[in-house]
Amino acid sequence: MAGDGPSDVEEHHRHEEDAMLLPELVAHLREHRTVLREEWASRINEAHLLSAMTPQEVFSEVTSVYDNYVGVLETGSVDELRDYARDLSERIIPRGVETHEVIGIVLLLRDVLARSLFEKYRDDFDLLNRVLNAYEPAANRIATTVAGSFVEERERVIRQQQDSLRELSTPVLQVRERLLILPIIGVLDTDRAHQLTDQLLHAIRSHRARVVVIDITGVPDVDESVADHLVKTVDASRLMGAGVIITGLSSEIAQTLVTIGVDLSKMNTVGDLQGGIEEAERLLGFRVVRADDADR
Amino acid sequence: MPTADLEPSGPLRVSILTQGGYLVASVHTALDDGQLLRFRRDLLDQIGSRRSRGVVIDVGALDVIDSFACHTLRTIAEVARLRGAETVVVGIRPDVALAMVELGASLGPVTTALDLEEAFEVLADRAAVPPAGPLR
Repeated sequence: MAGDGPSDVEEHHRHEEDAMLLPELVAHLREHRTVLREEWASRINEAHLLSAMTPQEVFSEVTSVYDNYVGVLETGSVDELRDYARDLSERIIPRGVETHEVIGIVLLLRDVLARSLFEKYRDDFDLLNRVLNAYEPAANRIATTVAGSFVEERERVIRQQQDSLRELSTPVLQVRERLLILPIIGVLDTDRAHQLTDQLLHAIRSHRARVVVIDITGVPDVDESVADHLVKTVDASRLMGAGVIITGLSSEIAQTLVTIGVDLSKMNTVGDLQGGIEEAERLLGFRVVRADDADR
Repeated sequence: MPTADLEPSGPLRVSILTQGGYLVASVHTALDDGQLLRFRRDLLDQIGSRRSRGVVIDVGALDVIDSFACHTLRTIAEVARLRGAETVVVGIRPDVALAMVELGASLGPVTTALDLEEAFEVLADRAAVPPAGPLR
């Protein structure tokens, strides 16, 4: 914005002057480190934050956070703090520490330190104002950094858990040479159906499967898009040279499929998993015989 | 093993080899519609001249199998059957298979198998008598 030039320069100048106050501020916070840290710890305790951690743990974390906090005020760089906050989050997230607690403790520290500044500069109101001008932006940046790192870390953990859940939820198992079973348990949404097909097709290739039994006993409901996807899975498996047998269609699901008019003529279905495996064995040329029958 | 180059002057796009009484056609690169038609003609000619009992078409090198390619493969299988040879398409990759069903490109009744080895097994299962190969 042209025209604002002079005031910009003025502001810039004032900012520089305020920044000069930071070293003084840091020295003050270092000097009263023990008192302020204890004050902060007791405020955390009063507010019932970090209740999942023991007092010793809280004390040691509080010490590091305090030193990091003052360090940021001194250097103006939040990089180190960000690393520390990530590391801290990694440790405390599994303990069940919540986002509001983390933001709460950082804001408490901000307030504890601000109060000590009030105390120190209360006789010189103008100076206090300038000290706060220097302190507040830095303090806000610290709060944002810590909260941001915590949330990022939490999201990372959630993503990781989702990934492993997704993999766990659709095991592709080999029961005999060339025979895979794919028991599906739980709600099949489009995403999962897609991922399942992908996993199955790769498993067909790696296990050199010729027959696949997909058991959907554990699927509570099948809608049109999922049924459609099942048909596609069957087709795609066939293109790779593997026949698919679907087992465990409940009467409700079977009725739904017929009602919504999914073309099941190409699907090979057998009542239950046992029947499906027997049929698959027959297709593959296996014959399962009881040991005592075979001896005779 | 004899090979037949479809385009003597250009790069080799499909090689047709014999194995026992079977023909094995390997598609090396994507084929355009004209090349597909030429491939079809050459393959069907060779089924006659070599008296093949079975044909294996390996499409493992293809990233895309579109509806025209499917149509060509279906036609080959049908014509080959009329001339006394079973056709097995092998090597369709997982992502290609998925793309084909998503696009509705279907191979219809054409037999498929995972790879050459499987295809020979399938063909051996189908043949009541062992394939009549050249004297060895």
